[in-house]
Amino acid sequence: MTKRMANLDGNEATAYIAHKTSEVIAIYPITPSSTMGEFADEWSAQKRPNLWGTVPLVIEMQSEGGAAGAVHGALQAGALTTTFTASQGLLLMIPNMYKIAGELTSTVFHVSARSIAAQALSIFGDHSDVMSVRQTGFAMLASCSVQEAHDFALIATAATLESRIPFLHFFDGFRTSAEVNKIEMINDDVIRAMVSDELVQKHRARALSPEHPYIRGTAQNPDVYFQARETVNPFYAATPAIVQNAMDQFYRLTGRKYSLFYYVGAPDAERVIVAMGSGAETAYETAKYLNARGEKVGVLVVRLYRPFSVAHFAQALPSSVKTVAVLDRTKEPGAAGEPLYLDVVNALVESRRMDINVIGGRYGLSSKEFTPAMVKGIFDEMKKAEPKNHFTIGINDDVSQTSLAFDPAFNIESDATVRCLFWGLGADGTVGANKNSIKIIGEETDNFAQGYFVYDSKKSGGITISHLRFGPEPIRSPYLISHAQFVACHQFNFLEKYDVLKSAMTGGTFLLNSTYDSDEVWNHIPAETQKTIIEKKLKFYVINAYNVAKATGMGTRINTIMQTCFFAISGVLPREEAIEQIKKSIKKTYGKRGEAVVQKNFEAVDQTLANLYEVTVPAQVTSVVNRLPAVPDQAPEFVKNVLGRIIGLDGDNIPVSAFPVDGTYPSGTTQWEKRNISLEVPEWVPSLCIQCGKCVFVCPHAVIRGKVYDSKELANAPAAFKSMESKWKEFPGKYTIQIAPEDCTGCALCVEVCPAKDKSQVGRKSLNMVPQPPIREQERTNWEFFQSIPEVDRSQINTRQVKNIQLMEPLFEFSGACTGCGETPYIKLLTQLFGDRTMIANATGCSSIYGANLPTTPYTVNRDGRGPSWSNSLFEDNAEFGLGMRLTIDKQNEYAREILPSLASVVGEELVAALLNADQSNETGIKAQRERVALLKQRLAGTNEAKAKDLASIADMLVRKSVWILGGDGWAYDIGYGGLDHVLASGRNVNLLVLDTEVYSNTGGQASKSTPRAAVAKFAAQGKGISKKDLGLLAMSYGYIYVARVAMGASDQQTLTAFLEAEAYNGPSVIIAYSHCIAHGIDMRKGLDQQKMAVTSGYWPLYRYNPVLALEGKNPLTLDSKEPTVALKDYVYNETRYQMLVKSDEERAQDLLKLAEQDARSRWEYYKQLAAMSYGKENH
Amino acid sequence: MTDLTTTYLGLNLKNPLVASASPLSEKVETAKKLEEAGIAAIVMYSLFEEQIINESLELDHYLSQGTETFQEAMSYLPDTGKYTLSPDIYIDTLQKLKKAVNIPVIGSLNGVSTGGWIKYARKMEDAGADALELNIYYLPTDDNLTSAELEESYVALVHDIRRSVKFPIAVKLSPFFTSLPNMARRLVEAGANGLVLFNRFYQPDLDLETLEVCPNLVLSNSNELRLPLRWIAMLHGRVHADLALTSGVHTTEDVLKAMMAGANVAMMASELLKKGPSRVAEILAGLENWMVEHEYESIKQMQGSMSQKSVAEPAAFERANYMKVLSSFSHIR
Repeated sequence: MTKRMANLDGNEATAYIAHKTSEVIAIYPITPSSTMGEFADEWSAQKRPNLWGTVPLVIEMQSEGGAAGAVHGALQAGALTTTFTASQGLLLMIPNMYKIAGELTSTVFHVSARSIAAQALSIFGDHSDVMSVRQTGFAMLASCSVQEAHDFALIATAATLESRIPFLHFFDGFRTSAEVNKIEMINDDVIRAMVSDELVQKHRARALSPEHPYIRGTAQNPDVYFQARETVNPFYAATPAIVQNAMDQFYRLTGRKYSLFYYVGAPDAERVIVAMGSGAETAYETAKYLNARGEKVGVLVVRLYRPFSVAHFAQALPSSVKTVAVLDRTKEPGAAGEPLYLDVVNALVESRRMDINVIGGRYGLSSKEFTPAMVKGIFDEMKKAEPKNHFTIGINDDVSQTSLAFDPAFNIESDATVRCLFWGLGADGTVGANKNSIKIIGEETDNFAQGYFVYDSKKSGGITISHLRFGPEPIRSPYLISHAQFVACHQFNFLEKYDVLKSAMTGGTFLLNSTYDSDEVWNHIPAETQKTIIEKKLKFYVINAYNVAKATGMGTRINTIMQTCFFAISGVLPREEAIEQIKKSIKKTYGKRGEAVVQKNFEAVDQTLANLYEVTVPAQVTSVVNRLPAVPDQAPEFVKNVLGRIIGLDGDNIPVSAFPVDGTYPSGTTQWEKRNISLEVPEWVPSLCIQCGKCVFVCPHAVIRGKVYDSKELANAPAAFKSMESKWKEFPGKYTIQIAPEDCTGCALCVEVCPAKDKSQVGRKSLNMVPQPPIREQERTNWEFFQSIPEVDRSQINTRQVKNIQLMEPLFEFSGACTGCGETPYIKLLTQLFGDRTMIANATGCSSIYGANLPTTPYTVNRDGRGPSWSNSLFEDNAEFGLGMRLTIDKQNEYAREILPSLASVVGEELVAALLNADQSNETGIKAQRERVALLKQRLAGTNEAKAKDLASIADMLVRKSVWILGGDGWAYDIGYGGLDHVLASGRNVNLLVLDTEVYSNTGGQASKSTPRAAVAKFAAQGKGISKKDLGLLAMSYGYIYVARVAMGASDQQTLTAFLEAEAYNGPSVIIAYSHCIAHGIDMRKGLDQQKMAVTSGYWPLYRYNPVLALEGKNPLTLDSKEPTVALKDYVYNETRYQMLVKSDEERAQDLLKLAEQDARSRWEYYKQLAAMSYGKENH
Repeated sequence: MTDLTTTYLGLNLKNPLVASASPLSEKVETAKKLEEAGIAAIVMYSLFEEQIINESLELDHYLSQGTETFQEAMSYLPDTGKYTLSPDIYIDTLQKLKKAVNIPVIGSLNGVSTGGWIKYARKMEDAGADALELNIYYLPTDDNLTSAELEESYVALVHDIRRSVKFPIAVKLSPFFTSLPNMARRLVEAGANGLVLFNRFYQPDLDLETLEVCPNLVLSNSNELRLPLRWIAMLHGRVHADLALTSGVHTTEDVLKAMMAGANVAMMASELLKKGPSRVAEILAGLENWMVEHEYESIKQMQGSMSQKSVAEPAAFERANYMKVLSSFSHIR
């Protein structure tokens, strides 16, 4: 049989088998496992059948807990069922996992193992999640590589059917789940041979059925539970042999040999590392390297972790071993050791190998690099008479001194493997082109290839680093490239920010995308880069890829151009052949998007080589340009020493002591990270400005600000600082709109919303996009000056007018959200209105990532040091989390009020009365109360009375606080809905802001219950067939919840009014905010127009439901938008999410559009009736 | 019995009334209704070069937007496996139309360059179209581009398409040529079997409130007949090609005028969009009545009867400005 090789990542390799061998698949998105669910959904949407010729039924659930429940039910009814998950998702499955295992039910859960949120969330890979379920009774099979993920998915399926023990098949998140590698695909005959129909039928026969009914899931008492729990032991005892048999059968069918514990290394090894997952591959490679140099070392790779077979373990371990180091990719604080370590200690004791010295250590948490150098460091440590136990490797633990030393320069990579690094800008296509290159090399040559991609945590304008290896031998190295023969930098300005050539090998090649020609580029690159090029004797090539891209209609996508350069320079293939293959892969990748895209890429390829030049490298460093510091010198120490190093890609080298011990970080740090990601920024034309402030209102990144001030402030203004007469009667003086040029992302929403057009040239507005570089310096100075001008006294501002909001300082700025984000303007608005007294509880999702993903955070403080406090608990519990904050505020406020009178002698009767009776309904009242609290604290400070100290500690709770519970629709409509409903029903004074993008935006656009009918989303690849849930209507049904539906682009005034009313309402409130999103497939610059169309088409009626009105005998519901004036199709077909259904299934698109039109019409009519109902008195 | 038959592009038509390129041909049901009402042939809506290209580029742009940038979201939209782009839909509709009706169906391509898109002419032929209407018009904005260069590119395009297909080609022209007769001759020499006079263009409007340029489609009226009528009359008998009159055909009288000026067929869209397919039957009935009343035997009899070559006063077609001329003077001359 011919081998079928393919280049794919661990998720696809796993999903392939899971889809082939399942009837029901319950899914829910969570990084990094989401793509397994996406593949399953897409394949079923494309009617791809399973092994038995039927298309698996894929269902998205509301949470992983829900998915586990659905899996449990499907299994009980007899289907071959699977699910995919990771991290917190796996934790949510634990209760069902106990049940599924307790009932001896055959299933495989495929897990891309990931960290668990502790001091911080992390999406990256380690074994914290899988180790948290080792007690559930699931068998656990660990894959170390993409090939193994593919193979073990099948072996687990075979073994679970035979053993009846459910299996958790896991592999390392990102490192394996996202690594692209050339693997041998398992063909259907092998799957058929492995998955016995007889066992499948037995599985079905065990199912519940009214045809032969019985009861499963009883409750048991002390008399029998224990015994019944012990009944399963023989099944666990049999499982290791069953798995080994399956592995042996798999070997006979495919030639790939596996064992439960795989030993590699010297037969007479004295030092052996025990490890599991991709790290074991690194240890394996290193041990072989050291063996070849005479070292008696070895590695024992654990594949079947549960049930842990002591016998197989002991058998696999050479008798010569003197020291064993057990590596755990997890942390269990307070335990005697990490789990694998304790299992090995136990296994050695039970197998009477007490002669062996065992140490354990932690490595690779959250995808921390684990390299051969570290493995060598561990082997070296094991030589010591008293090696360090409970060590860490790969970090500098200068607090508990756990870390082992290692030599980072140690390198085992063979010269036969070609290693290439590509520095790209997110969305420039670099990653996609590299994935294609891997396919070309992997499929068109005999070479093996591997690709791994590292990304920024910013959603736009971030870097990508592609790590490509290829060579004649299979590539196992699951770690980043540190010695590259080829380095390409696709963005010239990266040279100013990063040490791009750090990993370049002497004599290697450097390719730079440069706007400077080959004869002038040298003096434009920083001196540090010049020095490296000279010292490492690099061959240096340049291409002006942007010119080629522009000339060929590629815009900013320079992918195929740089890819062509790579092939031309690297010589992997003869040039002609390489170009032919690139074109073939272009056709394959883009063909279905139409001929024009293919042609434009072909042209780019054809024009590339004529523009590629080798630079003659001078012998001397001549540049006067230097690499810039990551943050400015005036930044606070913590920002410079910790955050700045993270920004400069040096986070790996920061020692433990530098970090806060409890995950607490300072606010207001985005201001130090000058990203300069936009080539264009808005420029203000005062002569046209009407001072409406709409630009400030809509700016997603708070980079455009307005201020009125005394004209005296201009005395020291920079020459280019612009101003005009203020148009506020209450604030006479000067007015300025100022842009933060280095923080602007260039989304142009401000320009789009600007209503002030030049009467002689209507295309010119009061704001116009201009190139950033020429005005960067000047505007930076202006921005600094602008910030030095005092803010307007908030208590003097009438906050009910949109125009005045620009005068209120935003306490949320420069986030890493997408360019033109539709969510952030709402968050910014809430910080402008209430930020200095707001506690924010933020559900996991986009808003928690741009809200708090290190290095920097956008929530900031005002001049008094006040600003939003912010925290993220989980995805599913955010409403409850925020309610908890409210409960504390309410309780401590109550307690303070209780004890305050008893301290009247210290505080003073008058102050006590004033504090207790303060009117805090507006900014003036709040300001006065703050002053009273300050005075209170002063007076309390003079006494040692216990109660006084107690009161001082909670005195701030006497100032009105605002609790905001933020999150997206994935949280509010799906995973967090139960809690959200309960919190709203609680009647407590909390404000919920639902940033409704109608998909799980953060994980890449999976459908939620908010996704509208007729739209395509991941997990709804056929177009969502059912209508959007009406969350607002559900909330209104309680009668005492303030509910508003807003869309800033349709009515900024209504949005503002809703925020003010929601906050003022002394009870629960929810605002559902239309948030345009990149996942809609729209021109983000037109996001506000789409919001408007959503409203004018009747799809998104604006309303406010204010229970206060009902108390006054009026109808609480006010419809704020008018009868639809635009056809729904004119709104929806501006968006790719709807358009693509027309292109993929026109008939279904038409049917769903009709239903969606009905949805909109009936919703509108229903609201109209509700709003017209009589509540006793005439409406306002 | 009055004979309404005519020929156009080698096709024998039962009458001279043809539905011109418009949304009328987007739906099979509408086409069938047109056939039932008596229409002699249907020109399909246009497949635009610009649309083919933009659709592809747009789809690529929005599917690529923001991808492979952020670790948790490698993309934002699912892979739906395949996309049916407008050329495929067009060919599919053409095939459906051909199956549904027994009258000739003429494909319509709109573009100016000789790029890869012209392969769709061949695809239309393969899909069973009876002929092709090639709609060429380019709005020049580059002041370095000369009229001669532009005209040459039109001719080259017709030439290229002629070489790639065997079925008849008609070229739909704009009235904005400096020397229309010369252009007509060159296009025919390049391979055009027919000329369609004239294309109507979308003309943008200005919104005085929003100060924006707004798209605006205005349907034609009978007054617009004059321009094509004149040129049909002028070209009839001078070019070796069939002539179709389009723009401003709304009534029986309009059709008669078109025939007398020398058109092989009269094409209509605006009238049918406004009043529905059944209007065809009314016009045809009117046509027959008029011919009976005026004792015409056949359409062929009247075709070209009032072309410039046939009228007593050929100069009437040549005057570009209104002048008072003594009728006696022209006789003397």
